[in-house]
Amino acid sequence: MADNNHKIRCQGLWKIFGPRPESIRDLIENGASKQEIREATGHVIAIRDVSFEVQDNEVFVVMGLSGSGKSTLVRCINRLIEPSSGSIFIEGANIGEMDEHDLRELRRHKLSMVFQHFGLLPHRSVIDNVTFGLEVRGDSKKERMENAQKALELVELSGWESSRIQELSGGMQQRVGLARALAIGSEILLMDEPFSALDPLIRRQMQEEFLNLRSKVKKTVVFITHDLLEALTLGDRIAIMRDGAIIQLGTPQEIVTMPADDYVREFVKDVPRGKVVPVSTIIEEPPLVTDGEKSVKATVEEMEKKGVDFAFIVNANGVCEGALALEDALAVKENGATKIGEVARREFPTISPDATLEQGLPLISEGDMPVAALDKGRRLVGIITRAALLKAVQSNGENSGAPKVTTHQG
Amino acid sequence: MFDFPEIFALPLGEWINIAVDWLTVTLSSVFNIITIGIRTPLVYIERFLWWIPWWALILILAILAWKVARHWVATVTVIGLLFIGLIGLWDHTMTTLAIIVTAVFVSVLIGIPLGITAAKSDRFEQSIRPILDGMQTMPSFVYLIPAVFFFGLGKVPAVVATFIYAVPPSIRLTNLGIRQVAAETVEAGKAFGCTGAQLLFKIQLPLARPSIMAGVNQTIMMALAMVVIASMIGASGLGLEVLRGIERLDVGRGFLAGFAIVIVAIIIDRISQAFGRAGTTRK
Repeated sequence: MADNNHKIRCQGLWKIFGPRPESIRDLIENGASKQEIREATGHVIAIRDVSFEVQDNEVFVVMGLSGSGKSTLVRCINRLIEPSSGSIFIEGANIGEMDEHDLRELRRHKLSMVFQHFGLLPHRSVIDNVTFGLEVRGDSKKERMENAQKALELVELSGWESSRIQELSGGMQQRVGLARALAIGSEILLMDEPFSALDPLIRRQMQEEFLNLRSKVKKTVVFITHDLLEALTLGDRIAIMRDGAIIQLGTPQEIVTMPADDYVREFVKDVPRGKVVPVSTIIEEPPLVTDGEKSVKATVEEMEKKGVDFAFIVNANGVCEGALALEDALAVKENGATKIGEVARREFPTISPDATLEQGLPLISEGDMPVAALDKGRRLVGIITRAALLKAVQSNGENSGAPKVTTHQG
Repeated sequence: MFDFPEIFALPLGEWINIAVDWLTVTLSSVFNIITIGIRTPLVYIERFLWWIPWWALILILAILAWKVARHWVATVTVIGLLFIGLIGLWDHTMTTLAIIVTAVFVSVLIGIPLGITAAKSDRFEQSIRPILDGMQTMPSFVYLIPAVFFFGLGKVPAVVATFIYAVPPSIRLTNLGIRQVAAETVEAGKAFGCTGAQLLFKIQLPLARPSIMAGVNQTIMMALAMVVIASMIGASGLGLEVLRGIERLDVGRGFLAGFAIVIVAIIIDRISQAFGRAGTTRK
């Protein structure tokens, strides 16, 4: 029933805190708000009909303010909190049907968790904290040490094995928390606001290291945060939660360029688009592409005819070999006999189509030519012009195509 | 008309007497088992304390104090115990120590598991709280009498009475300590697949240790406070010396025995407190 690619599948999930969750069904169906239900019955709806799928090796960020239900949601995934209704599948297995033993095995091998305030054991040394999950599941001492050492290396804490937890800074403590989660070798990592308790500078550093870590080890991550910028930086996809429901689910780019409603729009208003939107959105067709065998004279004529001052040289396989600027071409005297391959620049600004607008900015400001967007095989995909890039960076949601909605009462 | 009408007075005291009489007969086998359960460790502890040479005991306690507590505690231990020997109260002190050690041992053995149960079950906590309040506020003389009825005269009822008076802090502070372990740390244990026992022994008890040890420390102090009272039902030792001092208006004798109790209290208090701190924050 589960597609192979879905690591985690969550279907129609509800969590209602209170003595008799079923008793408020009618109120919910009649469209009562969270606030109304709480005042009338004392029940709190923490999660309201949430469904999503997390793909293998994906970082799925759940973003919301406090009280949005995001921490409850992540705890439902390993059943630290029992959902009121709905089901969660992990690698196709319905965890709601598991008995205590199976659930424990699941937690010991398939899921690991990182906590906001680290949840470390102050009476144990660093290494004994990292081995905790392995110890609990009964691994041999040798295995425990090997895996813990590897995990400590990944978080760059080698050499701190015998330190006491209180001796470490917050950032280092969270690395221990991360190492403890990595040590058990689970494919799924649940991270509940792991960097929220850290200083802003340390937080940035940890975010970078997290991305770095992701390139080294394959993990499926559910990442909880209240920080939109963090969500946009780290997430492959982002689910934005409000009052227990997911109000938008999409890639960072979709969230920024196409906010689903005013609530999300308000959130992304101040986000620098340049950090999120890839240059592929503003790629243009190169006006003049030629091969290196042509004479300079012929090429200059062609450039003048098209009214451009540059040309890209692409070989038969589509690989971009050089760029020719008009001024370089005009400086050649024997322009009838010289091939453009000889005078073209070998070094010219290039960028990957996946790079963000912000990463494109320095290239644009340096050169006198547009930037060539090359794919991994250095094939020319298109060009990024200065005008298009500057316009995209400054536009801030105005060209998103989404109609500007103003709400009135009623 | 200002007096409460006597005919309405309930003969409750009578009823309690009848109930106690009935219990004494019916549950005599239970009380016999409890008596054996208390007397056995008591006898062994007492024999050990009498067997061990005075200088060896001083040495052991001094080394213990030096290892776990501040160094001046070791000095106080040596001087204090030497002083007790010099004023001729060594044997009485050993008798008292045996009663206290046994009462504390029983209190911890029963109190900590009860505290753990209370931490795990709100209902259990609510039901034992008034009982614990009662045990602590009821004048301790009152349960000397049933203790004598059930267990006769001597050291066993003294241990029982001391236990009833001294066990509540062990229960309360074990309960409190476990409940105070950060929710996230307990969640971490569960998230990594701890069984209930693993959660208890690897996370909750170690983290509750300072609180539990504070409870044990209080239990010890309260047990010491019962020493004099327990001597009224035939427990020998320092308490009896104090009692004789009072009876014979021998201020010197009573004062010296009282002073010896204070010395023992200080030594045990400092060493047991240090045990609570050890492992969490090193000095």
